[in-house]
Amino acid sequence: MSSTKYILGLFADPDEMMDGIDKLQKNSIPIYDVYTPMPIHGIEAKLGMKDSRLGWAAFMFGCLGGTTIFSMAYYMLVHDWPMNIGGKPAFAIPDFVPFTFEWTVLFTAFGMTITFFYATHLFPGRAPRVMDFRATDDRFVIAIDAKTNTSHEDITNLLKEAGAVEVKHNDRKYVSYE
Amino acid sequence: MKTSYSFDEQFEFKGRAKTWSLIMIAVGLIGIAYGFLSGAGERTFANLLLMGYYFTCVCICGIFFCAVQYVAQAGWSVSILRIPQAFAKVLPIAAVVLLVIICSGLFITHTGLNEEGKQTVLPYLYKQWALNGVATKGSENYNAVIAGKSGFLNVPFFLTRIVLYLGCYSLLGWLLVKYSNNEDELGGMFNYKKSFKVSVLFLVIFGFTIPLFAFDSIMSLEAHWFSTMFGWYNFAALWVSGMAAITLTLILLRQNGYIQWVTVDHLHNMGQLMFGFSVFWTYLWFGQFLLTWYANLPEEAAYFYRRWEPEFKPWFWLNIVINFATPLLVLMSRDSKRMVKVLKVACIILILGHWLDYWQMIMPGTVGPLSHWYTEIGIIEAAVFVGFAGMFMFFMLNALSKFKSLAPKRHPLLEESLHHHI
Repeated sequence: MSSTKYILGLFADPDEMMDGIDKLQKNSIPIYDVYTPMPIHGIEAKLGMKDSRLGWAAFMFGCLGGTTIFSMAYYMLVHDWPMNIGGKPAFAIPDFVPFTFEWTVLFTAFGMTITFFYATHLFPGRAPRVMDFRATDDRFVIAIDAKTNTSHEDITNLLKEAGAVEVKHNDRKYVSYE
Repeated sequence: MKTSYSFDEQFEFKGRAKTWSLIMIAVGLIGIAYGFLSGAGERTFANLLLMGYYFTCVCICGIFFCAVQYVAQAGWSVSILRIPQAFAKVLPIAAVVLLVIICSGLFITHTGLNEEGKQTVLPYLYKQWALNGVATKGSENYNAVIAGKSGFLNVPFFLTRIVLYLGCYSLLGWLLVKYSNNEDELGGMFNYKKSFKVSVLFLVIFGFTIPLFAFDSIMSLEAHWFSTMFGWYNFAALWVSGMAAITLTLILLRQNGYIQWVTVDHLHNMGQLMFGFSVFWTYLWFGQFLLTWYANLPEEAAYFYRRWEPEFKPWFWLNIVINFATPLLVLMSRDSKRMVKVLKVACIILILGHWLDYWQMIMPGTVGPLSHWYTEIGIIEAAVFVGFAGMFMFFMLNALSKFKSLAPKRHPLLEESLHHHI
């Protein structure tokens, strides 16, 4: 039993990497993930990735922000200490619109950032987990979980055939900035 | 993905589209005739101004869309540029129509009540500042406030300005179309660079003059009132309604077998823009409303007071519901923007919604309250709308059929547009 945990195919060219994905899929080899230094159009559909749920998170944070400030302002301006400002009613809805809008936007922006950091393990101070350094630079990396039934040699050959410039058999999942 | 298309296919303007646009024009003419013969001259004129302005704005939007794409060096939109270009080609016609409406409104008179409630001779349009003697001391029509504005609001200067705005826009739009056609013949970067320069020039002129165009043609109907937000508010309406018209044209052409290179991704982008700018429109609407409401100055509040009358109030609120709530709820999610049917319905709603928007800018200050809120919009309104929609369809499709190809086939960024993916 080999100690290889993940097999990485490193490509220099995105088209060749896409070709590699095709080849692997044709041979029913499940792909763990793909890392690219830039967005590749159509790759989500090819890998069958689910749509991001970040939009839903944004919506929920927006609702939270709007509700928070609306209740706060209502409590302060209408319930606890109503004041006569320019003869307007205490609960003057048009006045409530600008800050409700602002807080909705604020909570959405911060909430999305935090959610994104949480989902991608990118909190400040944390060593980022990457499977190969050059995936952030100039290599397009396909990662395959080595515990599949297919022999590692076959996978290596497939990747090489598709044009991989390097195939790595890694014993550890991540190489971190240590 | 298919990436090679025959761009040389031309649009053929015939069959149902032609018949229907002609029928619609006929309906409009009958409606106008009915309006004048039934004694509702002022109401008919107000409707003509509304639709003339709407028609012009949608055509201007075609130029604005092209110019924005060129200046931003956007690649995604290249393959759909012929549709806004067709809009741009109709602008000279729309401008002439609007000018004819404005001139007849200014120079054809009828008897009615002036602001003091006295019987006098009034023009059909712009009666507050264009009636005789409004700036002459001692005249029974003299109005001190309007007289103070007469340096700007007088008929010769007013007409000069309108001609200048529309002339400038038409000329620059014509140049953009010409360069694009030349590009199809010759290729190369030469025409693209020239288009870029013309676009920059257009955007500068447009940015400074479009608020003035709105001030002149619409806001001056209620010459006592003014709002600095009004120009941008109208610009937002122009942009959203124009974009809805472009998108609807795209969808219908695509359904009829043309422009097959336009994918759901292009439509998604158009949906995003419509959604975003509907929110922008609401922002400006609300900005104008909030400040007026908060300051509560009589001369400013008069505008909203008139729209708060029971005859107009339901329409006033409906305007917000249609133009804000509908795009917000219908177009927010990614999926709905990618469903062509949903997008089509949203476009139609927005086109009608911005008609209502223009309607409630114009009617309270011209025709004023009628008997009930539901009689405010009747046969004349519907017929004039249909007539102008038919006219727009006729001229726009006619202009589109004159293009030798339905995409700028030698545009340097065309490939990017064909591969557009979001």
